[in-house]
Amino acid sequence: MSQQADNFEAVVATADAKVAEFEDTRKGLVGRLQHALHQTPSLVPLIVLLFSIALFGIMLGSKFFSPFAMTLILQQVQIVGVLAAAQTLVILTAGIDLSVGAIAVLCTVVMGKLTFDLGIPPFLSVTIGLAVGTLIGAISGFLVSRVKLPPFIVTLGMWQIVLAVNYLFSKNETIRSQDIETEASFLQFLGTKFQIAGATFTLGVLLMIVLFIALAYALRSTAWGRHVYAVGDDPEAAELSGVDVHKTFMSVYMLAGFICALAGWVMIGRFGSISPSATTGVIGNIQAITAVVIGGISLFGGRGSIAGALFGALIVGVFELGLRMAGADPQWTFLLIGVLIIAAVAVDQWIRKVSA
Amino acid sequence: MEPILKARGLVKRYGKVTAIDKADFDLMPGEILAVIGDNGAGKSSMIKAVSGAVVPDSGKIWLEGKEVQFRSPIEAREAGIETVYQQLAMSPALSIADNMFMGRELRKPGFLGTYLRMLDKPAMQAFARDKLNELGLATIQNINQAVESLSGGQRQGVAVARAAAFGSKVVILDEPTAALGVKESRRVLELIQDVRSRGIPIILISHNMPHVFEVADRIHIHRLGKRLAVIKPADFTMSDAVALMTGAMEPPSEVAA
Repeated sequence: MSQQADNFEAVVATADAKVAEFEDTRKGLVGRLQHALHQTPSLVPLIVLLFSIALFGIMLGSKFFSPFAMTLILQQVQIVGVLAAAQTLVILTAGIDLSVGAIAVLCTVVMGKLTFDLGIPPFLSVTIGLAVGTLIGAISGFLVSRVKLPPFIVTLGMWQIVLAVNYLFSKNETIRSQDIETEASFLQFLGTKFQIAGATFTLGVLLMIVLFIALAYALRSTAWGRHVYAVGDDPEAAELSGVDVHKTFMSVYMLAGFICALAGWVMIGRFGSISPSATTGVIGNIQAITAVVIGGISLFGGRGSIAGALFGALIVGVFELGLRMAGADPQWTFLLIGVLIIAAVAVDQWIRKVSA
Repeated sequence: MEPILKARGLVKRYGKVTAIDKADFDLMPGEILAVIGDNGAGKSSMIKAVSGAVVPDSGKIWLEGKEVQFRSPIEAREAGIETVYQQLAMSPALSIADNMFMGRELRKPGFLGTYLRMLDKPAMQAFARDKLNELGLATIQNINQAVESLSGGQRQGVAVARAAAFGSKVVILDEPTAALGVKESRRVLELIQDVRSRGIPIILISHNMPHVFEVADRIHIHRLGKRLAVIKPADFTMSDAVALMTGAMEPPSEVAA
């Protein structure tokens, strides 16, 4: 066996230098739509959102299509919206967080209890509440990243633990809205209303929108954001190509915990009172996951944009208010949301075909 | 001459399996060292030990005469050792530019970069495009396309370009031509020689004997978890090399490790 017995590679020098060029055979409207959706996955929920607003607007007229109704939707989705932002971060790393709602409720209780039982200034109580949320996130993050437990299991357990702590710590006592208003109005700060062109906004709504803009920027334009996607895509590959996977997981779960605590503060502003048995603790996680899924973010991680989660939350809000105004049985809302969830994932699979 | 990368007595066990059994390793400055061995001989494990992806149970590694202990690939990379893994280590949904700069992103100068930590995407894209052009991979239409939309050969090209662009002391290539066609393989071999001509030594792990014999200055033959021999391609034939690595031939005493 001599070296290079057959000089078969020499012919390459004379080979056609033209590279593979592909004719795009699917220039039709469907093909182009599929391509556009693949490039910008949050386009689907945006289209659905605009379409549903238009639909209810036509059906209900100016009653629905008014600044009042539009801003009411924003106020109604602010809690779920903020929770969905936290959920998005975790889902982008191919995880899931079942404890988001429970953390939010516990943080409202922490903020209220510290202020009313221990006499801590409200500003400090809120700060401590936010720290508690971050700490719970850090524990979940550590269990996922270092102990290598599945996020579903970790947060399923954490959900129960946090809810139980919430009831034990609060002795299931509600703090009344009037008491908060007179003694510690800073707790209700995010409920502060202000007017723009006849529409009423609250600081909580503003916080939700600013939060989404900030996170969208961080995910798209910073190294941290790229690492979140890389870790969700394939943690091993990310590790080998130089991403600190542990640090990324920890930062995501801690930030998610912090955002859940923010959602708690938003809750006090929205409801006025602090109640350990708020439904957010039980169904907040499912509502947030619903918004994220309708928003076109892949449950397998690494794909989707956070704007989609906001659109997803708004779609749910539009359906809820629209159907209520139309006088439909509320069960129709749940039925339609169920359809939307399945449709969203089906569309996601269809879009994905261009990349397969 | 002092080896730029030296390892002595590396051991790595996975339960009862000994993947590296007191292996030694030497890479001289400016050379292309091929590492060959049968499947399961422990080539990849040894390479992972010197590139930080695996922490050896015992043994020592020296880089430029200084003892080093890498606990992660990031540390090895910071020391100037760049590796292209067999599984390529890329994030399929992210773009070519994102992948090339993964873990060492460039930030915009001034306020945007320092306080808002904004990435300098245009600079990263321009750099990535230059590197791919050098490699003759200009066939990639769009530097922002997701890696999953590239062919296997193109992905390999991106991974090699990444290592060549950033490896300052040592570049390690694990089976770089395994997934490639004739033309792309040729380009990668040319690139390997190009990187060497810039004075950076290369470790090339390959099963492709013609490629190994063509570009390697020395060939490290790995067998049963340790170094069996180091030969010069001019002194031996490909069949000798295969005989050595499969155990069909005893290494002559002057090359035995």
